[in-house]
Amino acid sequence: MRTTPIFSFLLTLLMTPLFAHQMPIPHDDHEEVTAQVPEIEEKEDVNDVIMHHISDAHDWHIFDWNNHAVSVPLPVILYTEKGLVSFMSSAFHHDDSGKEVVEKNGQRFVKYHEKIYYASSLANADGSYIDFDDEHHALNAKPLDISITKNVASLFVTIFLMLIIFLPAANFYKKNGSQKAPKGIASFVEPLIIYIRDEVALVNIGKKHYLRFTPYLLSLFFFVWLANMLGLMPVIPGGANLTGNIGFTMVLAIFTLLITNFNGKKDYWMHILWMPGVPVPVRLLLAPIEIVGILTKPFALMVRLFANMTAGHIVILSLISLIFVLETIWVSPAAVLLTVFIFVIKVLVAFLQAYIFALLTALFIGQAVEEHAHH
Amino acid sequence: MDLVTPGFGLIFWTTIAFGILVLLLKAFAWKPILNTIKEREDSIDNALKSAEKAREEMKSLQADNEKILAEARAERDAMMKEGRDLRDKTIEAAKETAKIEAEKIITSAREQIELQKKAAMTELKNQVAALSIDMAEKILRRELSDAKQQEALINELLEDIK
Repeated sequence: MRTTPIFSFLLTLLMTPLFAHQMPIPHDDHEEVTAQVPEIEEKEDVNDVIMHHISDAHDWHIFDWNNHAVSVPLPVILYTEKGLVSFMSSAFHHDDSGKEVVEKNGQRFVKYHEKIYYASSLANADGSYIDFDDEHHALNAKPLDISITKNVASLFVTIFLMLIIFLPAANFYKKNGSQKAPKGIASFVEPLIIYIRDEVALVNIGKKHYLRFTPYLLSLFFFVWLANMLGLMPVIPGGANLTGNIGFTMVLAIFTLLITNFNGKKDYWMHILWMPGVPVPVRLLLAPIEIVGILTKPFALMVRLFANMTAGHIVILSLISLIFVLETIWVSPAAVLLTVFIFVIKVLVAFLQAYIFALLTALFIGQAVEEHAHH
Repeated sequence: MDLVTPGFGLIFWTTIAFGILVLLLKAFAWKPILNTIKEREDSIDNALKSAEKAREEMKSLQADNEKILAEARAERDAMMKEGRDLRDKTIEAAKETAKIEAEKIITSAREQIELQKKAAMTELKNQVAALSIDMAEKILRRELSDAKQQEALINELLEDIK
């Protein structure tokens, strides 16, 4: 697995003050850590729990009862060598170690660390149908996994919420026309819509083009905000770390990238490829930098949202975990108070990140459609 | 690290779902909402503008009123002045006429008096003449006995009359 060095650094930085004394800094692969420090198995569990909480999963875990996980099963959809295969995730019986084999369409699947592999024909020494290499990486082939995972389900919940908020709001306007003051849900969303239109779209894109991009910016802002807020909710239908998933933020960033560049005017491309007003050698020097810049801008968008939301979740979980790490109940008032504090900040961050995402998108679009006065 | 490895499934679903969401909301939510808000803003704008215009008109109307009032006042003043002048003139004229009339009356009175006086004089003269004749008769009756004396008397009388 490839890692972004920047992100590793960021995560390390985040975790260091909290975990420095209690547990080793998490590494690429936690098996490695276990091998290095086997004596803090209990504490390592906390790390595991946190990582598990912020990662995607094939079922929507609610709580544990008598060592049994109570969760909502979600559909598993696999694009295999023999076509599409689907079954409910409950078929794995909460197994995540590759021991439970699901047979479907003559193919056998196991789930190991929330990934679905083709099962080996024989179980290994641990009883799991996975072959490992020396570094304990699974060697089995994987079908293309397009399951409705926890994050995908949360995505659908977010979209459902968007629709039941904004379609009735729109209906209000359709029904009452422009001569009636907004009421109910419309009066709640209208100030936000006007804010995004005037302070985000109009200011950054300019009078000529802003109306074309306002719908996208509005969708983006409300979508990210709602997804962030749902991520803060501890139980179903919240609790998924959707906006803290890099795949999700990547898609949004790519949308922004495409919209920005497809709407790039001549001036925009001129500034990237052949910067006006500077000597030719400098132009040659600037062009590659600017071309890389096309990608770094949305890349920063992607990382910013992902890192902010994930970091927040990690901090909250870490604070709560202090109780289990220190193995004393007396730390709980401090832990709970700090958690509440961080939670409040997260509510703010949830809004702020959505706003920043929309704002920067507007800024990039603004740069792309801007027509300069002649130099 | 799993965390920074984008999973295909989520990318796939997010692309489809978010794409559809944007299109759906654009058509059925943002367009009507933004249009209505725009319409309302325009109508508020127009209302404010027309109110401003009405206020302006009101102001000019007020100014007009003021002007008309001032004109009316001036006209009234002029009329009053005219009236006063006319009255004065009338009085003057009346006085003049009265004076002339009075003079005429006085003149005619004076003429009358003169006439009366003349008449009275004539009367008086006649009276005196009659008295004289009476006196003369009486004297004559007494003095007629003497012709000479008569003569003397007549002459004397005549002398007196002359």
